[in-house]
Amino acid sequence: MHISNGIIDGPVAAIFAAFALAALAFCVLRGRADLDDRLAPMAGLVAAFIFAVQMLNFPIFTAGVSGHLLGGALAALLVGPWVGALCVAVVLVVQALVFGDGGVAMLGLNITNMAILGTAAAYLLIALLLRVLPRTPAGLAVTAFVSALVSVVVASQGFVLQYWLGGTTDLGGNLGGLAGTMAVAHLLIGIGEGLITATTVVTVAKVRPDLVYALRALKPAVPAPAVPVAGGVR
Amino acid sequence: MSKRGWPFLLGGLLVALLLAGVVSNYASSHPDGLDSSLLKGCTVNADDEITGGTCPAQQAKDHELADSPLADYGVRGIGNDFLSTGLSGVLGVLLTFAFGAGLFWLARRRTPTGAAATGAGAPPPTGDR
Repeated sequence: MHISNGIIDGPVAAIFAAFALAALAFCVLRGRADLDDRLAPMAGLVAAFIFAVQMLNFPIFTAGVSGHLLGGALAALLVGPWVGALCVAVVLVVQALVFGDGGVAMLGLNITNMAILGTAAAYLLIALLLRVLPRTPAGLAVTAFVSALVSVVVASQGFVLQYWLGGTTDLGGNLGGLAGTMAVAHLLIGIGEGLITATTVVTVAKVRPDLVYALRALKPAVPAPAVPVAGGVR
Repeated sequence: MSKRGWPFLLGGLLVALLLAGVVSNYASSHPDGLDSSLLKGCTVNADDEITGGTCPAQQAKDHELADSPLADYGVRGIGNDFLSTGLSGVLGVLLTFAFGAGLFWLARRRTPTGAAATGAGAPPPTGDR
């Protein structure tokens, strides 16, 4: 979902670059509380993993349309919302500066959609769902799937907002058409995102539940019967 | 890192390297959801190149670094597509890990972990590293 150069005009791209920079600075400030000697290399791994999975475009519809993981929900679940947003931003910066993927001038727009909006939407849902759903692998899987799916659709609508502000083609008042096309395509991509996110997080939770930030940080709304469980899972 | 942190880290990197280095060759090369939405109004050929009509995608300009040695997930100078894509993926994973982990390491909290820093439920730090 990387915006290429020329799609959004320069002034709007610059405004979003400033916004993205401010938001990332805020993430660094808040994220430092989470970021200790243990989380720093883990966060590097999460960024590397997201880079890898973003290369794996999967087909949607039957026609010639594909989609790939954005990673905001996955990162938020594994390393928390602040560091998670930074992980996705790191991936986007490497892609723009080294792989020619997503215009350098469009970086602020892309970071806003995928790193900031996507991760924020995901974590709001994660925080809600993990508190109300049972602390089981199924509960974690549903949380991951739903938050990932919604985060992709929210990110896609971030682009629609940007296109409304600074799109380089006059859609003749048909912004709703673009919004609808984007929403449907990203609903389908979101299903893929949800499956990948749920599979990955449930696997990590099985191997190393202590490495899943969301399980450490978010306590159930109703305290479970007082049986202390090592690692904090379920 | 805790004692059991390194195996997980290495295992995770290995999975990422396999995905980016091998599985990436089986990825769909069609335009993604955003690009295809911007193609609405145009007709495209089998290679997804615009053949007619008008659509927002026609405004797209070249990437600033389109001639980077790793542009478009290939290694310039390597003719074999499988090798080129795979190697670019491997380099990307290593680069992203180095860049990300390096930045996060520099930005990490350096206050001694003894105080209130361990947080709720976390096992006490063992002091190894």
